[in-house]
Amino acid sequence: MPKAKIYITLKPALLDAQGRVLQNALHQLGFERVQQVRVGKYLEVELSPNGDPHAQIEAMCQKLLANPVIEQYRYEIEP
Amino acid sequence: MKAGVIVFPGSNCDRDAYYALHDVLGYETEYLWHADVRNLSDYGLIIVPGGFSYGDYLRPGAIARFARIMDTVREYAERGGLVLGVCNGFQILCEAGLLPGALTRNLSLKFRCKPVHIRVENADTPFTRRYHQDEVLQIPIAHGDGRYVCDEATLEQLRANKQIIFRYCSPTGELGEEWNPNGSVDHIAGVANARFNVLGMMPHPERACELLLGSADGRRLLAVG
Repeated sequence: MPKAKIYITLKPALLDAQGRVLQNALHQLGFERVQQVRVGKYLEVELSPNGDPHAQIEAMCQKLLANPVIEQYRYEIEP
Repeated sequence: MKAGVIVFPGSNCDRDAYYALHDVLGYETEYLWHADVRNLSDYGLIIVPGGFSYGDYLRPGAIARFARIMDTVREYAERGGLVLGVCNGFQILCEAGLLPGALTRNLSLKFRCKPVHIRVENADTPFTRRYHQDEVLQIPIAHGDGRYVCDEATLEQLRANKQIIFRYCSPTGELGEEWNPNGSVDHIAGVANARFNVLGMMPHPERACELLLGSADGRRLLAVG
């Protein structure tokens, strides 16, 4: 069964408030080399084997899973 | 006038909106269940209320936008009907593409629940014509995801068309980051569509309709009838 692994993050131009707080926390823990943290979402979507999974996943991301106004996404599909 | 308040699973300001419209303003008011298909042609105002529709799953407003009633609301708005989205309602209208931009996590990461001041930036809309230009209103906010964002081109368009209807400000009307409770771009508290019949705002006018509750500044906004 094809399985899509989808990664969604805020667009680079947008300040990631959660990421900024985590960056500060990591600095306090002594991880001074941390330059930036971006927090995102990870989704796994399993599909039935028929049809083109790429087109389907692309449409799902556009229509619901990501908000193209503020988010970017990428995905991998395991056969 | 007849007013409608949409009810999603997880709406929690629907009763406040109903009370403000029905009990304070005296409008014939009905709850509109999200799964219903309704004829809204005799309604003068539809409110998409605040709350946590569908538990804010995925993103605030992302699921509510697919509710059956939203097709009806879209048609109603296209015909020029007045639609007001408050808080989660604002998030839903943005997700539905009825308003530009999006609402993201507050810069502070904190849920902000307090009275704030907002300035009327455009008093020439069906919602704001009972206010003066630049009038300062005290209206409460209660949200964790209220930081309005949009791309630079959209922001220019909003400014040029006067679609920024409210900005966060000091009690005397000055802008400043210390008065911006969530980090919204350009201090934006509320925006309208290009035809000004759809308004979205994070502050809750329905909670500011009686002096007993601290402010009656929101009342004129709802008095569209």
